[in-house]
Amino acid sequence: MDPLKRSPPPCPSPRPSSPRTQPCEMLGHVGIETVLDQLKIKAMKTGFEFNIMVVGQTGLGKSTMVNTLFRSKVWKSTHPGTGVSMPQTLQLHSETHVIEEKGVKLKLTVTDTPGFGDQINNDKCWEPILGYINEQYERYLQEELLITRQRHIPDTRVHCCVYFVPPTGHCLRPLDIELLQRLCRTVNVVPVIARADSLTIEEREVFRNRIQQNLKTHCIEVYPQKCFDEDINDRILNSKIRDRIPFAVVGADREHLVDGRCVLGRKTKWGVIEVENMAHCEFPLLRDLLIRSHLQDLKDITHNVHYENYRVGRLNASHLLPRGPGWVNLAPATPEQLTSPRPLRACRRPHDDSEEESGLSMANPRPASS
Amino acid sequence: MAMKMTCMSSQVSDDEQRKREKIRSLTMCGHVGFESLPDQLVNRSIQQGFRFNILCVGETGIGKSTLINTLFNTSFEDCESSHFYPHVKLKAQTYELQESNVQLKLTVVSTVGFGDQTNKEESYQPIVDYIDAQFEAYLQEELKIERSLFNYLDSRIHVCLYFISPTGHSLKILDLLTMKNLDSKVNIIPVIAQADGISKTELQKFKMALMSELVSNGVQIYQFPTDDDSVAKINAAMNGQLPFAVVGSMTEVKVGNKMVKARQYPWGVVQVENENHCDFVKLREMLICTNMEDLREQTHSRHYELYRRCKLEEMGFADVGPESQPVSLQQMYDVKRQEFCREVQRKEEELKRVYVQRVREKEALFKEARRELLAKFEHLKRVHQEETMRLEEKRRSLEEEVIAFSKKKVASEVFQNQPFLAVGSNLRKDKDHKNSNFM
Repeated sequence: MDPLKRSPPPCPSPRPSSPRTQPCEMLGHVGIETVLDQLKIKAMKTGFEFNIMVVGQTGLGKSTMVNTLFRSKVWKSTHPGTGVSMPQTLQLHSETHVIEEKGVKLKLTVTDTPGFGDQINNDKCWEPILGYINEQYERYLQEELLITRQRHIPDTRVHCCVYFVPPTGHCLRPLDIELLQRLCRTVNVVPVIARADSLTIEEREVFRNRIQQNLKTHCIEVYPQKCFDEDINDRILNSKIRDRIPFAVVGADREHLVDGRCVLGRKTKWGVIEVENMAHCEFPLLRDLLIRSHLQDLKDITHNVHYENYRVGRLNASHLLPRGPGWVNLAPATPEQLTSPRPLRACRRPHDDSEEESGLSMANPRPASS
Repeated sequence: MAMKMTCMSSQVSDDEQRKREKIRSLTMCGHVGFESLPDQLVNRSIQQGFRFNILCVGETGIGKSTLINTLFNTSFEDCESSHFYPHVKLKAQTYELQESNVQLKLTVVSTVGFGDQTNKEESYQPIVDYIDAQFEAYLQEELKIERSLFNYLDSRIHVCLYFISPTGHSLKILDLLTMKNLDSKVNIIPVIAQADGISKTELQKFKMALMSELVSNGVQIYQFPTDDDSVAKINAAMNGQLPFAVVGSMTEVKVGNKMVKARQYPWGVVQVENENHCDFVKLREMLICTNMEDLREQTHSRHYELYRRCKLEEMGFADVGPESQPVSLQQMYDVKRQEFCREVQRKEEELKRVYVQRVREKEALFKEARRELLAKFEHLKRVHQEETMRLEEKRRSLEEEVIAFSKKKVASEVFQNQPFLAVGSNLRKDKDHKNSNFM
C-alpha cells in the first residue's frame, strides 16, 4: 500500500480535454433538470428581442401584414408607406415596440422599406437595405469589441427579412432575383407571395413551383436553409416548410362576422377572405414559422452564421488599412464592404461536413428517411 | 488586481434605454403566440447540452470526492490521494450525466496536495493559474477571427467549493489567504467539511466566527441572488445559513425501515439527507436546483468580463485615450508590431553572429591540427632519410673492408708461392690454419 504508487498522477494540461468524458449512472434523482426552469425564469426576466424587416414594392400590403402578424397597430399613422405620398427614394423606417403575452416580454423592431422598387431606374436599390443590415452588424461588433462591455449587448441585427413577391403568377422578376441573391447571403430571407387573394388555388401552386425552380436555378438559399439542418427531425420538419415556401399570404387588420364568428379578414363583394383559414391563405404557416416555432432559430442563425461571416470579413479586411479606431484596428467600414455579398459559409455544427459541401450547389434534396 | 466591477441593474438600464429610443408599449388585440419563446429557448439549450464546472479546494482527506459523489448521487471512480506531493496540483475529470432529457457535462477539478506542504506560501498560486488559464482559453477563442463560440466546450470554473476544516474556532490562515486570492475570479461557496465532528451549539458559534472573519477581511463569497421574486425568499434565507456544514457519504445504512445514506458510529448514525443532522440538502438545493444557471451567468458576465478587461488593459489597449478621444489603437498596434519585428530581427542577427563565430573557431582548430600533422610528417621523413644515409655509409665502409681484405689475401697467396715453399709449407700450413681460423 505504497501511498505514492496508488494515487493517479495529477493532470498536467491546463484544460480538461473532452475525450476523457465518461458517462456515469446516477443512482437517484439529483435535480439537474431544474436547470431548465432556471433558464426559463431568467429568460422571462430579461425578455426577448426580435427584429424583422419587410421588403417589397409599395402597395403589396407589407404594413398590413405586420399589423396582422402582431395583432396590433404597429405603425403610427404618419408612416410614409401607408399610401399618403409615394417617397422619391428608398427610405428605411424602423419602429420598436415592447409587447407582452403571458409574462413573456418581447421587444419587437420592425423595419419597413417604402419606396423599394418604385423608381424608374431600380439599379442598386438594394444598397440601402444591405447597408442598413450591415450597419446593425457593425454596431454589434463595435459593442462587442469594447474593453468594458455592457452586460447585455443590445441586439438590433435583423433576424429575419420577409420579402414580398408581387402576385404576377408567372415567375420571379430580375429585380427580385438580384435582391434575393444578395440578401440571402447576409440575412435570413423568407419570401412570401403577397396579396394572394388575386390568385386562385391552382394559380398559386403553379406560381409557387415556378418560384421554387427560380430559386434553385439561381442558387438562392432562403430560410430554412438546408445546410443548417442539425438532425433528422429538423430536416423532416424543415423539408415540409421548404415545400410550401413561398407562402401565399393575405393580410388584414379588420374583423368581420362570418357564420357568427368574429374573424380577421378582407371583405369583398364575393365573400370574406379569412386570414386565419388555411383553406383561404397560408398566413398561419407564416405566423407559426416566424413566431411560434422558429423565432429562436432565426436569431441563432443570425448570430452564429451571418454575424460571424460579417465579423470575419471585417476583421480580415481591416488590418490592411492604415487607420482606424478601436483596439482591434478596425477601420471604418467602406461602402463596398457594407454592400458586397459574401459567400454563405460557416456551418453550425462541425461534424456536418457532408452537408456543407452540398450546401450551395444544386444537389438534389435527400429524401427524408422516416 | 483587486478591482471589483459594479454591475448595473438591468432594470434601470432597460428603462433608460427605452426612454432614449422612444419605444412604446403595444397592446395586442388577439393571441399572437410568442409565449412559446421560453420553450424554444429551452429546446435549443437541451439540444446543445449543459456544462457545469466545479472546483473543489480543500486539504487532502477532507472529503472533497465523497461530497461530490454524494451531491450527484453517483460514484465517480477515484482513488485516495497521497499526502506527499511537493506542490499543489489540480486534477480535472469530466463526466456525462443524464437526467430525463437534460444532458450535463460535469467537470470536477480538485486540488491535490493542498495544505500538505511545510511551506504553504505558494499553495494558492496553481489554483489561480488554473482558473486564469480557463479564462484565457475562452478569451483566445473569442478573439479569433474565425471562431466557433457556440461549439466551444466551456471549461471556465462556475463555482468553487471551499472546504473548511472543522476546527471549531476560526479560519486557518491558508484558507483566508487562498479565498482572498480567489474571490475576484470565481464564485466561492464555503462549506464546513466533516461536520459530524461538531455539535450543534459549537456549529452556530463556528459559523458566526467564520462569517465575521470573512466579512472583516473583505472576502467576497457568492451570495445567492435575491432579485428575482420567485427565488428571492429562499435564497435570502440560505444566505443567512452560510457556510453550510456538510457530511458526505455514499454508504447506505438502515434507519427505521429504509436505507439512507449515512455514516455509522457506535454512538449513532449521521444521516446525510436529514436536515437536522447537516446542511447537505440545503447545499444541493442551492447549488443545483436553484442557482446553477445564475452561477454560470455570474461567471460569464462578471468574472470573465473582469478578467478580459484586465487582460486587455494589461496588453495596453483602452477604449478612450488621455483626452477622452477614442484612441486610434491602430497606431499602438503598429508600434507594438514594429517593436516586435525589430526584436525578432535583432535576435536573428545575434544568432547569426554566434553561429559565424563558432564556425570560424572550428575552422581555426582544424587548420591548427592539420599544420601539426604536416610538421610531424616532415620530421619523420627527415629522420628516415638520415637513417638511410647512415646505413649507406656503413655499407660502403663494410664493402671497402671486404675489398681490402681480399687484396691482402691475394697478396699473401702470391708471397707464399715463392722459394720458401718447403719451409713455408709448415708455415703455410700454419698460415692455412691461421687463415682457416681467420676465415
